[in-house]
Amino acid sequence: MSRQAQLDSLPAAAEPQPGLVAVAMSGGVDSSTVAALLLQQGRPVVGLTMQLWNQRRLPELQGDGPAQHRCCSLDDVYDAKRVAQHLNFLHYVVNFEEQFEQRVVRPFVEEYLAGRTPIACTNCNTDVKFEPLLRMARQIGAEQLATGHYARIRWDEATGRYQLLRARDESKDQSYFLWGLTQEQLSRSEFPLGELTKEQVRNLARSVALPVAEKPESMELCFVPNGNYVQFIHAYSRETGKPLKDQEGDIVTEDGTVVGRHTGVHNYTIGQRKGLGFATGRPIYVLAIDPEKNRVIVGEDDALRATTLEIENVNWVSIAEPAAPLRAYVKIRHKHEPAPARVEVLPGLCARITFDAPQRAITPGQAAVLYDGDLVLAGGWIK
Amino acid sequence: MNRIYLDHNATTPVEPAVLDAMLPFFSSEFGNASSIHTFGQRARAAVETAREQVAALINARPQEIVFTSGGTESDNHAIFGVTQAHLPVRPGTHIGTTSIEHEAVLNTCQVLEKEGVAVTYLPVSRDGLIDLDGLRKAVRPETVLITVMHANNELGTIQPLEEIGRIAVEHDVYFHTDAVQTVGKIPVDVKALQLDLLSLSGHKLYAPKGIGAIFIKGGTRLRQLLYGGHHQRGYRPGTENVAGIVGLGKAAELARLSLAEDAARVSALRDKLEQGLLSRIADSRANATRAPRTPNTSNITFPGIEGEALIIALDLKGLACSTGAACSSGAVEPSHVLTAIGLPASEARASIRFSLGRHTTAAEIDTALEIVPAAVAQLRQLSPTYKKEASAHH
Repeated sequence: MSRQAQLDSLPAAAEPQPGLVAVAMSGGVDSSTVAALLLQQGRPVVGLTMQLWNQRRLPELQGDGPAQHRCCSLDDVYDAKRVAQHLNFLHYVVNFEEQFEQRVVRPFVEEYLAGRTPIACTNCNTDVKFEPLLRMARQIGAEQLATGHYARIRWDEATGRYQLLRARDESKDQSYFLWGLTQEQLSRSEFPLGELTKEQVRNLARSVALPVAEKPESMELCFVPNGNYVQFIHAYSRETGKPLKDQEGDIVTEDGTVVGRHTGVHNYTIGQRKGLGFATGRPIYVLAIDPEKNRVIVGEDDALRATTLEIENVNWVSIAEPAAPLRAYVKIRHKHEPAPARVEVLPGLCARITFDAPQRAITPGQAAVLYDGDLVLAGGWIK
Repeated sequence: MNRIYLDHNATTPVEPAVLDAMLPFFSSEFGNASSIHTFGQRARAAVETAREQVAALINARPQEIVFTSGGTESDNHAIFGVTQAHLPVRPGTHIGTTSIEHEAVLNTCQVLEKEGVAVTYLPVSRDGLIDLDGLRKAVRPETVLITVMHANNELGTIQPLEEIGRIAVEHDVYFHTDAVQTVGKIPVDVKALQLDLLSLSGHKLYAPKGIGAIFIKGGTRLRQLLYGGHHQRGYRPGTENVAGIVGLGKAAELARLSLAEDAARVSALRDKLEQGLLSRIADSRANATRAPRTPNTSNITFPGIEGEALIIALDLKGLACSTGAACSSGAVEPSHVLTAIGLPASEARASIRFSLGRHTTAAEIDTALEIVPAAVAQLRQLSPTYKKEASAHH
C-alpha cells in the first residue's frame, strides 16, 4: 500500500462516536506510533499532550535559549501536533502542571531530602497519567486511554481481574513503573506497544512516515534538565522558599567511626561508590542515609547486601491479596534482575519479602515489584 | 458535522464583502502605496479611503489613524511610545492600568517596570470594573499614561471610559484604551471618551488577521516603535499592507452601518444562551452580569468541572468556545482576569467563555443549549470534586 493510500484509509478527525480512544502523546516515537496503530485498526482517536512543567521556572537550570528536549518543551508539543496533523486526528494540549507538581515533583524532592531515592515515573503514572489524565479522557467522551508504555494488559476470566504483564520485548519492559494501577485504571487503559519490539515500533513509525520516526529516545527524568537532580532539588527548594543549606556532616562506618565528610545527605544514594571524597584500600559504598543524624553510613560490598525488606502501600494487581505467603520473583529497581523470594502479607497494605539469596543495595523509596513469570502480581514502596 | 463557533472574542471570519474588497489588491492592484506612478497612486487611494472608513467608525480624523499589524503592536506603540517619549525615561515615571488587561498591555508594562517605570495595576470589582476613586488616588505628578481596556475579552465588562477620560484630562495625563473587544461591537467615540490613543484589531471585526490600527490624537507626543522609511508620516514605517488595510476599512464601514442592529440581535441571543444555560445547569453562575457588558460575551462558571476538559468535550461535539488564556504550548493557563474578580482557582478553572458573532443564529443557540448541559453533566458525573460539593449541601 502506498503511503498516501495508507493515509487515505485512516479515519478523519475524531467525532463523538463509540469507541473513541484518547492517546497520551509525549511527542516521542512510541506514543506517536500508538496513535498510528489505533488508526490502522480503524478506531477513532483523539490526542492529548500533557503540559506538566513550566520550563520558565527555575531559570538557573536552563542553558541559553529556549528549553529543548526536556519535559513539555515546546519542541515535544510541536512534534505531537505534527504527528496528529500528519495522521489527521484532533489533538489537544492539556494543563496538568499543578497536579504534576503536587503529586510528582514535590514528593520527589521531599523523598530525596528524607534520605530516600524516589521513582518519579511511578508516581506520574499512578497519580497523573492514569488518574487526572484518564479522567479527562473519559470526561471528553473517550472510553479508553492508550499510552506508549511497553507492558501488556489482559482480562483474566479465571480471577475476574485485569492483569498486568511484562512487555514482550524484555529490554523495553516498563511494567516496573506500572504496579500502582488499580483494576479500574487497568480496565480503561491500553498499551498497544506491549507485544512489539522497539525495532518494530520504529519500522511502523517509518512505514507511515511519522515525522518523529527517527527521534532519539529520552532517557532522563523529564523535568530535571541534564539529569542533574541535585541541582534541581536546590533550585526547586530555593524557588519554593525553603532554600537548602548544604549541611555538611559525617560519613561514618557501621560502627560509628567517622571516615570522612559529606556535602549534604541528599547528594548521596544507596549503593553509590564514586564521589565519596576519600580513598580506602577496598571499594566502599553508601549503605544507608540518616537525615535525622545528618550522617551517611558507608561500608564494604558485603554489608550492602540484605535478605529481607518490607514494602508499604502495596497494590495487588493481577491477583487478589493472598491469604497465605507466596513465592514470587521480586525486582527492587528498574535494572534489577528479579530474584526469587518469599512474600508474606502484613497488615496495613504492607508485606515482608525474604529473598532466597542476599540482594545488593535495597534502597528505601524505590519500588519492589512481584512477578510470576510475566505477570505483575503486586508492587509496593520499599520502607 | 456542522460546527458552531462561539469564540468571536478570539477571532472572527472575514466578511465576504471584505474579502471581495481585498482581492484585487493581491494581484491586479498590487502597487506600493508609496510609489509615484499610477500603480502606487491607486494603492494610495485605497489606503486613504480605508483610513477614512476606520476614522469614521470611531469619530476620529483620518490623519489620526495609523495602520499596524494588529492590537498587540498598537498597544506596544501606545505604551512604549508615551513612556519613552523622553529618553532617558524620567525618574519616577508612572503608568496607571488595571489588573485585567490583555497580555499585550500587561507584559509591555512589566518590561517597562524592569526599566524603572512605576506601574499601578488597579484592582477590579467582582464584576470586573475598576474603582474610579482608586484611579484618582493612583494618579500622581509623575503619571504619564492611563491605559485601561475598553471591554475585557474574557468577561465583556465595559469600563467607564468617559469618567476615566475626565480624570485623565483633569490630571493632564495621556489616556490610552485597548478597544480591541469593542470597536465594531458597540459605539466608540474617541472625542466623547477624551482618548489620546486607542488600539483596534482587524480580525475581531470581520477583517483579516495581521492588520490593525492605532488612533493617535493630533498633538500627542509619541516615540515611534519601528524605524524605517517615511510611511504613515513616520509613525509606522514599513510598506503598507494594502490588502489588509482595505479589508480593515471595508470591515469598519460594514460595522458602522450594522452595529446597532447587530448589537441588539446578538445581545438577545447571548441572553437567551446565558439564561438557558443557567436554568438548565444546576449550580452554574454567570460572571460580571451586573456591569455593562459587550453584547456578545457570556462567561459562566460550572462548579465541579475543569473548563479545559469541557472545551475539548464541546469541541468534539462540534461547539467551539474557550476558557482562560492559552500558553505557548496551547495548554490553558489559569485566567488572571477571573482571579482578579475574586474567583477562587477552582472556579476560575471551571469557567467558560461564550462569545457570539454577527452570524450566530438562533438555531445554533438552541443546539448549544442541548450540547452544553449534556457535556457538563458528563463531566460532573466523573468529577471527584463535584460530588463532594453536592453532598456538602445535604
